[in-house]
Amino acid sequence: MTARAEVVPGGAPGRSLGRDAWRRLRHNRAAFVAGIVLVVLLLACIFVPMLAPYAYDRQDLALGATPPSAAHWMGTDFHGRDLFARVFFGGRVSFAVGFIATGVALVIGVTWGAVAGYFGGRVDAVMMRIVDILFTFPFLILVILLKVFFANSRSPLYHAFQATLGLFVKDAKDPSYLPLFQIFFVFGALGLVSWLTMARIVRGQVIALREQPFIEAARAIGVRPLAIVFRHLVPNAAGPIIVYTALTVPQIMLTEAFLSFLGLGTEEPLSSWGLLVAGGAETMALYPWLLVFPSVMLAVTLLCLNFLGDGLRDALDPRARKA
Amino acid sequence: MSAPGAARVPEPTLPAAAVLEVDRLRVTFPVRRGVLGRRVGTLVAVDDVSFAVRPGRTLGLVGESGCGKSTLGRAILRLCEAESGRVSVDGVDVRALTGERLRRARRKMQMIFQDPYASLDPRRTVLDCVAEPLTVHGLASSRRAALPAVTRLLERVGLEASHLGRYPHELSGGQRQRVGIARALALEPLLVVADEPVSALDMSIRAQIVNLLVELQRELGLAYLFIAHDLALVRYVSHEVAVMYLGRVVEHAPVRALFARPFHPYTHALLASAPVPDPDAERGRRRLVLAGEPPSPLDPPTGCAFHPRCPHAEARCARERPELRTVGDGHRAACHLEAPRAWPASPPAGTEGA
Repeated sequence: MTARAEVVPGGAPGRSLGRDAWRRLRHNRAAFVAGIVLVVLLLACIFVPMLAPYAYDRQDLALGATPPSAAHWMGTDFHGRDLFARVFFGGRVSFAVGFIATGVALVIGVTWGAVAGYFGGRVDAVMMRIVDILFTFPFLILVILLKVFFANSRSPLYHAFQATLGLFVKDAKDPSYLPLFQIFFVFGALGLVSWLTMARIVRGQVIALREQPFIEAARAIGVRPLAIVFRHLVPNAAGPIIVYTALTVPQIMLTEAFLSFLGLGTEEPLSSWGLLVAGGAETMALYPWLLVFPSVMLAVTLLCLNFLGDGLRDALDPRARKA
Repeated sequence: MSAPGAARVPEPTLPAAAVLEVDRLRVTFPVRRGVLGRRVGTLVAVDDVSFAVRPGRTLGLVGESGCGKSTLGRAILRLCEAESGRVSVDGVDVRALTGERLRRARRKMQMIFQDPYASLDPRRTVLDCVAEPLTVHGLASSRRAALPAVTRLLERVGLEASHLGRYPHELSGGQRQRVGIARALALEPLLVVADEPVSALDMSIRAQIVNLLVELQRELGLAYLFIAHDLALVRYVSHEVAVMYLGRVVEHAPVRALFARPFHPYTHALLASAPVPDPDAERGRRRLVLAGEPPSPLDPPTGCAFHPRCPHAEARCARERPELRTVGDGHRAACHLEAPRAWPASPPAGTEGA
């Protein structure tokens, strides 16, 4: 995927843009089917763990690893845990990481890029050099370092997490919340590195829109600069922002899987698709089902998200379509 | 619009103080080249311009495209920065204001834009657009609270409440410009800069919009700086006219004097090249068209900027820049000529009969 910075053709022709986009999206069969599959998968990940007869972490060591059967539709793993429950619970974690980290990237990236683009000059130069510097950081080393220093029970971030959690539950000090903290840590780490491209895209859009007469009109009226940015500029850059957001979700889910595969992301006894694939790959010769089911789920989801993202791009930004 | 004879009669001088005073305003832009943005020159867009506009009066500003008239309007409203000079609106030195004080001062001075489509946010409805000035200046606490005021404004500019929820692309060109006018009037400004407010509109609706602007001026006592290149239009709406050439005012006069007794050769040329709305007269008329492009403001001619295109240019014109001087009652021109001279019958070098 490339980071592009075209403006939506002809500025943004108001509401008809949304209507036209929806019409084009509906006629794009791949994107439309992908959207339906995604909704079904998402609902399944939300509700299956609630309804499934086995909890994702219930062990049955006497049972051990068994192939798919009537009792365990996707079989069980070495610890006798039901893979069906673990796959859908893992889907929750994967989707949550994907959406929340994308949300973090969206908020930081849009704000950063729009402010840099609108104010221009020195503000822009400083802000975009920071982005350039962060871009040069080797992502994997950054995550490993952050993980080593902060994702443990002695880290100040963990204390902050416990304090926040304490607002919602009584036993926030319980060590069983450590894995949850580590998931949030992954959200944060991914979000923090994914906003850079978003900032560049939004900045490009804003620079192109900044000289439009309607922005000058807003200045003439006396709208405050930040209100111009968020009320006039960002909504008019919505097309590319939506497209890039839609394409960031699968990217982040894939990165989460990759980190978990390396042992840097989600940890046992929680599950995520990346973690399940990693575990399955280790025992692939003996228990192939442990690899097949989570891999298929991950692949189907990523494929659908990418189809949907491409469909959105074609729908919202028809000129960017490759011939 | 009415027949050319119906130019508005300048009223006797009013004692009211000027709403807008511009004194020796100069606007320049740096010219940068290359990747490092090295400054290679200075473009003087507006140079040494002074004038005043009183309440209820219109100053028409005419000139070829690129002569700096839009930049002048934008600099007055602080939409771009001037290099030197003074702009005062209702006695307040606008160029000295910053931040929140400038923002508040914008209530008194508003703008009507040339392209009504591009100057309305495509994602916002008519209500959003006209309510915005009221909410950002704390005159209404919310869009909903602004609704009665917005409805009144829309009615005043000839729109209906049913237009409130429309988006700009759902309106006609004339309706869009009415929205632009309502937005400019929402803050009850004293001064309105109208930058070619009808040139993007269809011929058939120009007259409606112009008449609306004239009516609003009578009702509200607005002062207009009316930027245009259509001379018939300027003649119809203006009390005074300033002619700009390459960033400078070359002639400034009451509207009747300017059209009856133009002084500057450039004004003669402009008047002569304007079409007359009478086909017979138009056929019989000797049209005189200025040859070539206006000179580049990056490299203006020495002396009088008009001398390379002027049929009466003398050696002095290339050396000395003429200052504005009084040549009649309230009539000033920047020309070395002793008296206005008609363009020669046979086109000399630099001009051609078309």
